[in-house]
Amino acid sequence: MATPVLFDRKLLASRLRRALLLGAETFLLDRVVPEFVERLAAVKRHFAFALDLGTPGAALAKALAECGQVDRIIRSGPLAHLRETSFSRVTSDEEALPFGEEKFNLVVSALSLQWVNDLPGALVQLRRTLKPDGLLLAALIGGETLHELRESFAIAEAELTGGASPRVSPFAEVRSLGSLLQRAGYALPVIDSDRHVVRYAEPFKLFHDLRRMGATNALVERSRRPLTRKMIARAAEIYAERFSDPDGRLRATFDVLWISGWAPHESQQKPLKPGSAKTRLADALGAKEKSAGEKTGR
Amino acid sequence: MTEPAKLDPKLLEILVCPVTKGPLEYDREKQELISRKAKLAYPIRDGIPIMLQEEARKLED
Repeated sequence: MATPVLFDRKLLASRLRRALLLGAETFLLDRVVPEFVERLAAVKRHFAFALDLGTPGAALAKALAECGQVDRIIRSGPLAHLRETSFSRVTSDEEALPFGEEKFNLVVSALSLQWVNDLPGALVQLRRTLKPDGLLLAALIGGETLHELRESFAIAEAELTGGASPRVSPFAEVRSLGSLLQRAGYALPVIDSDRHVVRYAEPFKLFHDLRRMGATNALVERSRRPLTRKMIARAAEIYAERFSDPDGRLRATFDVLWISGWAPHESQQKPLKPGSAKTRLADALGAKEKSAGEKTGR
Repeated sequence: MTEPAKLDPKLLEILVCPVTKGPLEYDREKQELISRKAKLAYPIRDGIPIMLQEEARKLED
């Protein structure tokens, strides 16, 4: 089955480039980066060689270099050649990775994998670039992110044009990511999510932030007609009616999904084989074992 | 004029062709990474390999 193409990757790269030129908005990244450092600290491992894939800007790579758990980091992504000075860099597309097998001890990625059309394929490619017992730790935008905006535009568009076109990306959910990681061959997969609710004085500030995150609509199926002023004004009105706090500020939800998994290695814990138990369950429970009655048969 | 940035030799150990996942040859003079199987030459600009199919130069037979 062919993977559906949701995102226009070229348009996405140009949106991200524009965001850099405008001055990237990093409030979400600023929250996620310290969390990466904390989560790695909990792993209590040392990583000789790491890949930072697709994270906008060098903040994550810098934080990892400073935390002392990672020796060497290579940064890679669609805009890796722009505006940075430190770290070895490779310009790449997350959907066609240019890395050989079993090269990295650690792969990290912040706020980038949500734009990949073929996430299962990308996860498999990443697992292959990991050395055995190497760790993938990634944070991507998902869940109910921007549901307020999605709803406001859907209502405004239905009112004004009698139809609706996709304005906010579909996102991955926690439930689906777990099985995805497992199918991509990761051991000990863990998924969880963090909700960040940001409050805005007015909807246009949110639009402005999204633009500076390079996160405006890059869906292949997006409407090619530009948004009219009337539509934007109506959507802003609906947003204010439905999603404002008592003090008049508007809520915008961002769900960050965390995924981690290990490239399989024999040292990792695994379920035991059936029939390999050395103690009886009855002993462990302190119960008396009773016969279940005569066996049927013969 | 400053010297153009050099390619990190470590990158040569880890990079493969993104299209075929096959090996790459480093052309120091032209500053390109060549994938014979894909018949593509990926440019290296300021020491940064640009591993995108649409940026690569097509090789003649």
